[in-house]
Formats: sequence, structure tokens, C-alpha cells
Amino acid sequence: MMFFSKASFSRWWSMVVKEFLQLKRDRLTFGMIVGIPIIQLTLFGYAINSDPKHMPTGLIIEDHSEITRTIIATLKTSEYFDIVGEFADESSASRALARGDVQFVINIPPDFTKHLLRGERPALLIEADATDPTATAMALSSVNSVLEYVARKDLTGPLQHLAPAPAPFEARVHRLYNPEANTHFNIVPGLMGVILTMMMVLMTGLAITRERERGTMENLLAMPVKPLEVMAGKIVPYIAIGLVQASIILVAARIMFGIPFFGSIFLLYFAALIFVAANLMVGITISSLAKNQLQAMQMTFFFFLPNILLSGFMFPFRGMPQWAQVIGNVLPLTHFNRIVRGIFLKGIGFTDLWPQIWPMLLFSWS
Amino acid sequence: MNADLAIDVRDLVKSFAHKRVVNQVSLQVKRGEIFGFLGPNGSGKTTTIRMMCGLLTPDSGSGTCLGYDILHQSAHIKRHVGYMTQKFSYWEDLTLRENLDFVARMYTMDNRRHAVDEALEGLGLTERANQLVGALSGGWKQRLALAACMLHQPELLLLDEPTAGVDPAARRDFWEELHQLARKGISVLVSTHYMDEAERCHKLAYIFNGTLLAQGTSHEVVAAQKLTTWTIYGEHMAELSERLQRMDGVEQTVLFGTVLHVSGTRPELLERQVRAAVQGTSFRLEQSETGLEDVFIFMMKHAGRDGAPLA
Ligand SMILES: Nc1ncnc2c1ncn2[C@@H]1O[C@H](COP(=O)(O)OP(=O)(O)OP(=O)(O)O)[C@@H](O)[C@H]1O
Ligand SMILES: [Mg+2]
Repeated sequence: MMFFSKASFSRWWSMVVKEFLQLKRDRLTFGMIVGIPIIQLTLFGYAINSDPKHMPTGLIIEDHSEITRTIIATLKTSEYFDIVGEFADESSASRALARGDVQFVINIPPDFTKHLLRGERPALLIEADATDPTATAMALSSVNSVLEYVARKDLTGPLQHLAPAPAPFEARVHRLYNPEANTHFNIVPGLMGVILTMMMVLMTGLAITRERERGTMENLLAMPVKPLEVMAGKIVPYIAIGLVQASIILVAARIMFGIPFFGSIFLLYFAALIFVAANLMVGITISSLAKNQLQAMQMTFFFFLPNILLSGFMFPFRGMPQWAQVIGNVLPLTHFNRIVRGIFLKGIGFTDLWPQIWPMLLFSWS
Repeated sequence: MNADLAIDVRDLVKSFAHKRVVNQVSLQVKRGEIFGFLGPNGSGKTTTIRMMCGLLTPDSGSGTCLGYDILHQSAHIKRHVGYMTQKFSYWEDLTLRENLDFVARMYTMDNRRHAVDEALEGLGLTERANQLVGALSGGWKQRLALAACMLHQPELLLLDEPTAGVDPAARRDFWEELHQLARKGISVLVSTHYMDEAERCHKLAYIFNGTLLAQGTSHEVVAAQKLTTWTIYGEHMAELSERLQRMDGVEQTVLFGTVLHVSGTRPELLERQVRAAVQGTSFRLEQSETGLEDVFIFMMKHAGRDGAPLA
């Protein structure tokens, strides 16, 4: 923004001061500024886990032998399955699955050991309540390695020939940037953008429609203050608030969640500044369309929804169909998420971030 | 352009959603004059005022306000005009002092602190300067609004129903002050629904359905309709009023509690009819002067019936 005269600057500053005064008196908004980041962080950071462990598991054991006991014991020691009981037959197990009492039923069929010893590759049946695929995916993929481990350990001596031969080559996976695959390493930095989007769009949207709704806008317009000064006076306090919120999240990420921070803090604030500006523009646009605060609120949520769903915050960006990726790439949050995760976890620098920064700049100006 | 005129607008037209809200309105307000702007709800008073201070662009028409073009020089107009909106439009979550101070800053006044102190003193609200405006009663809000719109010492005041909801004593004080300001050369255009306030204006205009029906001093406005009025005193006159209304020569009856105004444009016929009507009853009959209210009601009915403005 450019100001040409001293008078103009002083009017703009008076707008800023007035905005802060009103904000200070508005306990609810003030509480939201500090409260929402904390609440969201706690909820998302602690509650969301796409790698759930200790899931209730039932057993149907129709073959008791040394080997089946080892299999069960090994499954128990894996973090994924908590054996909650044994079912007498198939139908009671099905009911428990349907009711949601158990997530898995592991069925060791009769003569499992006999078939195994004959080298017939018997099957171990695992039924999973896969209504939520994310909940079961990791557990299921761990089963085979459990079995392989048992086979290697127990099938020794004369049974050696039954043990699986290791593949002649192996894949060595390096999980870069988040070696333990912690969900909140991904979620918490992502929250910074989500919270900023929500608060910035909502608050500027409301700040201007509020003046209109209360009739004070009419009064402002009748005074020799220029619309640009009014707008700028409305925006600046919220940029400051946005940066405060970003700091709250940053500190909480370090202290509450121990998220590593490899990048440059200056760069993070720089990106946040542009991102906040982009969202404020959305807020201003909304406020010029909305007739009252309720409409502004509805429009904010209309804008917020694709941001949450398509920005790669909740679901992997590369898993989305092409059209959704196109939409996602327009949203500033998508780019900001890549930036923040990049700075936090990868420590990348400005030149690597530029491809994400210019779309946000473009968005701000259009 | 006439330098004596504070407001000089010609043929203002404004439509909202294809409905003509202001239709060919021309108004002239002299400097130092208190000009009353009357008309029923929704007749276009607020819309006209907004066009005069450059808040709203007319669809057609032109004019000047304090010599500045209302179409192109609204920045100058804003600086020298004090506009008090019909709806209270100050910040209820700021204190009185903060509100006044903010207004002073918007006008980039040099002697800000002094002006704010003086305004508070003038209101008699110095002790409550740090109270939130939202906590004031309706009448006090109204007075604060007036003080705030005069803070920058405007040459012209546009007041949109400034005394709505203000008690009679405060209303009187307020009009005293308006006359004082007018003596100092400040021009005032004030919209109101009160007849007693209309009588206190130097000039009047009456607008109905977007069309100006009359303009001039209250005498001129009344005289233009050439009405003769008789007043009947008594109780329970609703039936009498109805009977009179059906009579030839009686063009309008208006009942104010125990007083009935009967008006018409043919004096002899009217006199014969009212005398006949009260014959043999206890009602008291008197010839009286036609009042502003009689004239406004008369104009409104005629404009409604003919669809065309009188005068
Ligand atoms: N912004 C707007 N959009 C649409 N219609 C409007 C707008 N402003 C005013 N109107 C319409 O214009 C007409 C005149 O309104 P205006 O406010 O000028 O009347 P008024 O004479 O001030 O009435 P009142 O005495 O009730 O204040 C009304 O019918 C109103 O509904
Ligand atoms: Mg009005």
C-alpha cells in the first residue's frame, strides 16, 4: 500500500488504533485469537492419527500347536493387535465385528499345523472391519512380516525347508524427514495454514461487514477518509494477529509436539506474511459481497471447505484426481502447506520455495 | 451558480431496482437558512440527502453543495458538511471520548483535544467521557451524534431526523441551538416528522413518493393549496367526520382527538355544509387557519389520487 500524504497516514493510523481498541473490548474475538490455535492444535495434533495401534482383536483358534501359539504370541507383542478374547465359532465372531467390538478376527483353521508341516501353504484368515481403510491398513501390512518372523524363528532343524527363502534382493526404504512416520509431524505444521486461513478470512470478512451492518460504514464514508485508508486500517491489525497466531502455533509445535524445525524462521514468517495477505484479500472480497455478518460467515465456510479438503492438509495431495489437484493448486493454503512442511521438516531455503511463493503472491493481487 | 446557495440541486433522479425512489427533485437552500425536509416514511428523504453529500451518485440531475459539484467534488463536500445519519452510526464499543477523538482524527483537525473537550462539555457529558457509547440512552446517543457531526465546524449540516426519540425539553434545546448556528451563518437541512419543528424552519419542502410536492416558507406552502379550514370541537366525532366526508364541498376531514379539521377549496360551499352538519348538536364550530399538517395530508391524498404532483 502506498500513502501519499501525512494526513492520509494519520487517518490510516487512527483506523488501526480504533480497530485494536474495538478488538480489545471484544472478549470473544480476543479469546478466539489465542484459543482457536491452541484448541485446534490439541484436537488435531493429539486426536488425529492415521497409524492407529492397539486395536481390539478376537481369535478363533481351531488348531492348538507349538507353532500357532508362537504366531499368537508374536501378534500380541506387535503394537497393532490387542487380543481381547477368543470366539467359539465363526458366527459369534462376525457379530462382534459387526457391532464394532473388535476390529479384527484372526482365524487359525483346523489342521493348520498339519498342512504346514506337509508344505501345503495353509492360509491364516484375518477378517478386518475395513469401513475405515486408514485404520486397518498399517496393521494389516504388518501381519505378513509377523508371520515371516515366526517362520524364520521356529521352522528350524528338520523344518528348515519350510522356512521362506529370503528374496535374492531387497528394497531398502529410507523414510526421509519423518523417519518414524509420525502423523502429527505432518498435521501440526499443516495446521498453521489451516488456522490462519480460517481466522484471517473470517475476521476481515466480519470486520468490514460489521461496520456496514451497524451503519457505521455510512458514517465513515461521509467523513473525508478514503476507502483505501479504511481497508488498509482494517487489514493491518489482522496481519499482526495472523503473525501472533503463527507464533503461537510455532511455539506449540516445538514444545507440545516436539516437531523438529530445520529451516529458517525468517523465511517462515516471510511466507506467513504473504499467506496472511492473500487470505485477507479473500476476506475483503467476501466482505464486499456479503450483505451481513451471517452471509460473510457462510461464504467463509464455503471458501474454507475446499481449503481443508484439497490443500493436502487432510488427504495426500498426490492421491487426488487431476481436476482436484488443479483446484488445489489455485488455493494459497496448498502452497503454504508445502512451504511450512518444507521449512519445518526439510529445512529448505528460499530458492526451493519460490515455486510455492509466487502463486500466493499472484493470488493476493488478483 | 449562486454563491448565496448552500445547496442547489436540480432534477435529481435515483432508482433502486427499477423503482424510482427520487424523481426530479430540485432544492435550493440559502446560506444561513434552516430548511425543513418533510415527507412520509419511504418518500425518499434519506436518499435525497445522501445524494447531496456525495454518498450516492444520482442516476441523472446535477447540483452543487457549498459550491462544490455533487458529482465530482464529494471529497470537498465531505470536508465542509456535517451529516448526521438517521440510524445512529457511531461506535458503541468505543467510549464517548474515543468516538469524538476518532472523528476529529478523520478530519485531521489540529486542535483535536481542545475540540473534543469542548464538545463533551457542550453535551454536559465530561464526567461520562470514558463510558462506552453503547451504554448511553437513545436520546443521549442522538445528542452525541449531533455533537460529533458538528465537531469539525461544518458550514452546512445535513440532519436526518435528528430528534427522533428525543424528549421535548431536549428537542427544544436542540432547536434553540440550530437557530443559534443559523445566526452564525451555518446552513441546515433537517428532515423531520414533527409539525412543531416544521413550523420553526425558515423554509420547507414536502416530498411524497420521490416527488417534491411543495417548497417555500410555511406560509407559502399553506397558501399554495388555497384551503379554507373550519374547526369543530367536541367529543366522539368519528361519525360526524364520516358524514362530513360524504358531503359536497368538504374535501378533507382530519380528526385530532377532540378537534376536527374540515377543509375545502370552495369557502362558501364549505361553510354552508359544516354549519348544516353541526346544526342542532352540541359541537362548537370555529373558522380557523389551515395548518401545515392539513396541507400535507391534502397534498399527499391528491398526489396519490392523480398520480401527479401539485404545485
Ligand atoms: N440502498 C437501497 N436499496 C434499495 N432500495 C432502497 C435503498 N435505499 C432506499 N431504498 C428505498 O427507497 C425508498 C426511499 O427510502 P428513503 O430511505 O430515502 O426514505 P425516507 O424518506 O428517508 O423514509 P423514512 O422517513 O422512513 O426515513 C424506500 O422505498 C426504500 O425502500
Ligand atoms: Mg430516512
